[in-house]
Amino acid sequence: MADPIHQFQIQKVVDLGAVNLPVFGHTELAITNSHIAMTAAFVAIVLFLQFVTSGAKVVPGRLQTAGESLFDMIDGVTDSIIGHDGRKYFPFVFTLFLLVLAMNLLGMFLSFTPTSQLAVTVTFAALTILLVIGVGFIKNGLGFFKLFWPMSAPLILRPVVGAIEFLSFLLRPVTLALRLFGNMLGGHVALKIFAGFVVALGAGAFVGEGLGIWGLPVAALSMVGVVAITALEFLVAFLQAFVFAVLASIYLNDVVNLGEGH
Amino acid sequence: MEAEAAKYIGAGLATLGMIGSAIGVGNIFANFLNGALRNPSAAGSQVGNLFVGAALAEALGILAFVLGILILNS
Repeated sequence: MADPIHQFQIQKVVDLGAVNLPVFGHTELAITNSHIAMTAAFVAIVLFLQFVTSGAKVVPGRLQTAGESLFDMIDGVTDSIIGHDGRKYFPFVFTLFLLVLAMNLLGMFLSFTPTSQLAVTVTFAALTILLVIGVGFIKNGLGFFKLFWPMSAPLILRPVVGAIEFLSFLLRPVTLALRLFGNMLGGHVALKIFAGFVVALGAGAFVGEGLGIWGLPVAALSMVGVVAITALEFLVAFLQAFVFAVLASIYLNDVVNLGEGH
Repeated sequence: MEAEAAKYIGAGLATLGMIGSAIGVGNIFANFLNGALRNPSAAGSQVGNLFVGAALAEALGILAFVLGILILNS
């Protein structure tokens, strides 16, 4: 059966040779399949938004409605979660959402999904959490640490709750990165394994290997499974991008509206 | 037991953690439907909360899955 992990391998498409960088040491430069898939996602977003906004009218056409509904959805998310200051952070959240969405969806069509690479998702998570910490310190100064001193808890419990809050704060970027990574990895592995069943058992039925003639119904069943999982993966691709945007907004809200009883 | 065999068994055991996350996600959607059918007019505004809750519960299952992958490739 085909190796389900093989699809996540990063391959060099254009080799640019090796260089010695001051901090990172010996580094090989290359345009990889990951690079190409991410660039494709980026170009797709830019072209989409360009087409959507090029002939903008007061009464939107079909394409403009599609773009506006995406825009409106994330605007609703930042507005309802962060509140009055939500517009300020909308560009960041919208960029994250669109890039993750485009990479997830393109991963369903191309042979490679950038968001199934831990390096990519960790970068997004680090970006988000660094922005949260940065905004927290700029807006609140040292009051940022009130995040770990919950005033709503009884005084005796505050150190305990604060310690738990601190731990959960540290775990946020980890879960943010692992959720996206795990969902994409798991989904594509499941797809590949079921697709492998179809080929292995279906072909085995004709050459007398595997389950023999009984392989045919199992292969047919797996085929149904592949179709169903593909549909589910499209849902997951959208949902994970949406969840990433919502969670980024929630984490931003924690520091933007610190100590306002949220 | 060979170390290789123990590794596969360990990876399989690690993924058992996903059971808990499956129960959690199922609970969230079941309770959402429960509430949504009682008060459909308020359901739409809570879809965001629904997915965030599901994602948070799911994250722990994903942790178990990633641990399994890590053990398998260690």
